[in-house]
Amino acid sequence: MNRWFILPLVLFLAFVGLAGYMLTKPKDEFVESRMIGKPLPEFALPAAAVDRPGLATRDFRDGKPRLLNIWASWCIPCAAEAPQLEMLRRQGADVVSVAIRDRPEDVAGFLAQYGNPYSRIGADNLSVVQLGIGSSGVPETFVIDGQGIIRYQHIGDIRPSDVPTLLEKLQEAAK
Amino acid sequence: MAAELGLAAMWLAAALAALQLVAGAMAMNARADGTSELAPLVRPAAVLQGLLAAFAFLSLIYLFAVTDLSVKLVALNSHSAKPLIFKVAGAWGNHEGSMLLWVTVMSTAGALIALVERRLPEKTMQATLAAQGFVALGFYAFLLFSSNPFERLPTPALEGNGLNPLLQDIGLAFHPPTLYFGYVGLSVAFSFAVGALLTRQVTPDFARAMRPWILGAWIFLTVGITAGSYWAYYELGWGGWWFWDPVENASLMPWLAATALLHSASVLAARDALRTWTIMLGVVAFSMSMVGTFLVRSGILTSVHAFAVDPERGTFILALLAIYIGGALAVFAFRAGTVAEGERFSITSREGALVVNNVMLSAILAIVLVGTLYPLLTEAFDVRVSVGPPYFNPVSAIFFFPMVAVLLVGPLLRWRRDSLARIRPSLVIVGLLLLVGIMVALLLSPIGILPGLGLVFAPALAVASVLPLRGRSLRRLPLATWGMVVAHLGIAVALFGMASESAFSEERLVAVQVGQTAEVGPWKVRLDGIQPVAGPNWTALQGRMFASYQGGREIEIDPQSRSFWVPPQQTTESALVTRWNGQLYAVVGNEAGDGKWQLRLWWKPFVTFIWYGGLLIALGGLLALVGRVIADLKRRHAKGRVAQRRKEAKA
Amino acid sequence: MRLLRVLIVAMACVIAVAGVQAQESMPPAPYAYRQLDDPEQEAKAQALMETLRCLKCQSQSIADSDASMAGDMRSDVRMRIAAGEDPEAIRAWLMERYGDYVSYKPEVSETTWPLFALPVLLLAFAGLVLWRRMGRGPAAREGKGES
Repeated sequence: MNRWFILPLVLFLAFVGLAGYMLTKPKDEFVESRMIGKPLPEFALPAAAVDRPGLATRDFRDGKPRLLNIWASWCIPCAAEAPQLEMLRRQGADVVSVAIRDRPEDVAGFLAQYGNPYSRIGADNLSVVQLGIGSSGVPETFVIDGQGIIRYQHIGDIRPSDVPTLLEKLQEAAK
Repeated sequence: MAAELGLAAMWLAAALAALQLVAGAMAMNARADGTSELAPLVRPAAVLQGLLAAFAFLSLIYLFAVTDLSVKLVALNSHSAKPLIFKVAGAWGNHEGSMLLWVTVMSTAGALIALVERRLPEKTMQATLAAQGFVALGFYAFLLFSSNPFERLPTPALEGNGLNPLLQDIGLAFHPPTLYFGYVGLSVAFSFAVGALLTRQVTPDFARAMRPWILGAWIFLTVGITAGSYWAYYELGWGGWWFWDPVENASLMPWLAATALLHSASVLAARDALRTWTIMLGVVAFSMSMVGTFLVRSGILTSVHAFAVDPERGTFILALLAIYIGGALAVFAFRAGTVAEGERFSITSREGALVVNNVMLSAILAIVLVGTLYPLLTEAFDVRVSVGPPYFNPVSAIFFFPMVAVLLVGPLLRWRRDSLARIRPSLVIVGLLLLVGIMVALLLSPIGILPGLGLVFAPALAVASVLPLRGRSLRRLPLATWGMVVAHLGIAVALFGMASESAFSEERLVAVQVGQTAEVGPWKVRLDGIQPVAGPNWTALQGRMFASYQGGREIEIDPQSRSFWVPPQQTTESALVTRWNGQLYAVVGNEAGDGKWQLRLWWKPFVTFIWYGGLLIALGGLLALVGRVIADLKRRHAKGRVAQRRKEAKA
Repeated sequence: MRLLRVLIVAMACVIAVAGVQAQESMPPAPYAYRQLDDPEQEAKAQALMETLRCLKCQSQSIADSDASMAGDMRSDVRMRIAAGEDPEAIRAWLMERYGDYVSYKPEVSETTWPLFALPVLLLAFAGLVLWRRMGRGPAAREGKGES
């Protein structure tokens, strides 16, 4: 028996092993930001709603950790996570946000319908913040500490079960 | 009733496949002198199994044609108001039905070889049919235990769920079966290879018996890939025709393996060389079909928000894959060394050139396979990477262009041993063409290296591919040789199209008001108006435009931007104007404000050559197939007559 | 199957990215569907865009996707190129945020080196197989069989 003839079998078994392993592994379909642990990029956005101020990087440097929510009025999961954001706000979290490519009247309509947990809303019409922070969709929520360092990224809408994790991450960021 | 009959036929067919496997295996194990009692059953079992599978599949088609809503599969995938053609096509437009189609094609092919193939030693045939039964058995198990297409609903549905006009596309209806025919044809080659390996009968006869099946599979794969590429081109709305998407690669890999197998089988048939290598390729070609099916069906490689995929199906296919291919490769590992060495030959010979072809094709196959699986591998370590055109294009070109260079002279060489001096006039012609090509490419610069190489090689290859006709009587030339010439010419044509598209395409993205004109390349396109139009479940904005080539007659084109509401999505319906020297590709986008509309326009010189080339390649395959089959029939007829005469003489 | 896939991809892209795209009322970012006026800069931008992955799609670059985020990225790339930024700097900036995943351009790194080792290995292997044939001429054993 020629030793070389066993090579295809070995390669094939390696493939089967890999494929089998990947079948059992839960599919991770998110593109995670590489900006965790790094400072927020510099930006200064105008207000997206009449009764809330806009958002800039310096707003994060007052020593208080915050949740930065990236959303849009045209995004359906964003409506689904609205109650959870409200819950976070009532438990003491300061939630600021960036509305991605949105019109003021749509933002106002969305907030009227689903509530407004945000203390600040910046209008990001060119997705500058979204690209700068390494976010690849809406909604996403970041934990930013008091020095403006990005501490944690939550991808997708916030489910009720995610609320404790986010509060915990906020507390960690306060230390 | 039809559902129960179909199911019963499937069970019976499965039982016959088992019989085919057992009887074939026993026949092989019988001593050289004695024969097994079951051995004579192998061929009839294969024939009957094919008939039963065909019956089961016809039952399914009938159920779809009459829209029997008590059958789950019909209720889920059909609707009483669909046109008949789409009802019928619905039978294989889903997972269960397509698997039944797969196994039906495979058993029908098995029945056919059981009926007609008499060249090989009977033991090899029995081993081949046993292998065929083994493969079929796995698919029957899959169908019966995990994907039963004949499952009834407890209460019949009131109406079917499948009235999505988006899926009522004639291309969608016939594209997947085309690829299946290709995949399944390779399963026959696989069985032949396993049979030959088990009985150590790797002979030219084996290659000749296998060759029509490879050719048939290869033709279907070629047509399938060509059609899929054109469909993506006009449907996706950005003018791209190949994305190196995992699913595209899943169809390309069996094609590459089949192409290599086709050429190495030629060597084996003509010269009794490359024995183990041909066996290896026979196994690899089918494994690529299975790997492709696995990658697509399991959803293991789809990243973001793909359709709900069924891990159970993935596991089942992986298990089948592991058993078939793992088994065959294990047999290969233990048996290949015992296959007697083939004939020898010099590098400057037809065989030498074909070896280069095989090495290069295998290298490209390895590149595509590894590039496709690599993201999967890194994901196992939680790292995500992207492997795309910037990797595949240059890296496969490293092997593709040397192969084309050899292809320029390979078909001119004689078998066994030849000298380049003998074909000097042809070499001079090809060399001059290459030189001229290089100079033209340099004049045209700046163009990229890859398109440049394509433009240099394509004309030379076009001429070189017809050079084998030189000095031969065209009327007496075998059809198979014509096939080779046409297929190689097709490569040149497709290569030219690809290179030209990549080097000379012009793109224009503009926002224009109604009445304004945009220019792209030699075209002037005037937006005449935008009007809403409505379809069965969509509304669209249709741009009425007039395009004129170099100030010539104006041609009306009407691209649309469609919004479907169930499911909600937007598609672009591009409008194409085809000339002999290229295509104008127009897309209408959103409103851009100030009464302006977004237009996307491309002028793509000679882009259609890509698909003309693909069709030429398939036509070449068809010519070769017809030629081979006719020659086989003639030979058999002649043999029969000789035998008859001998009989008469004896009497 | 390819067709099916394309369709699925198209659906997935549109549904996933924009929710319901028709509802997205904002016009696209300024340079999402507009070329730069300077053809040289546009060519640079185009070449770069073809090697950046649409993060929300399956196997598409941002240069051929209708996803709104791909449009935003195109606009971003074009504006930076117009501002005189180097294409590779833009790529590096994006990779700093999204990792290797965002770039199709192969770069040798600790996670991708096997991809580059492969062709070298294959070249060596192909060379070996052919050399064995050439070197020994007709007397060569059936070397291919051993591969």
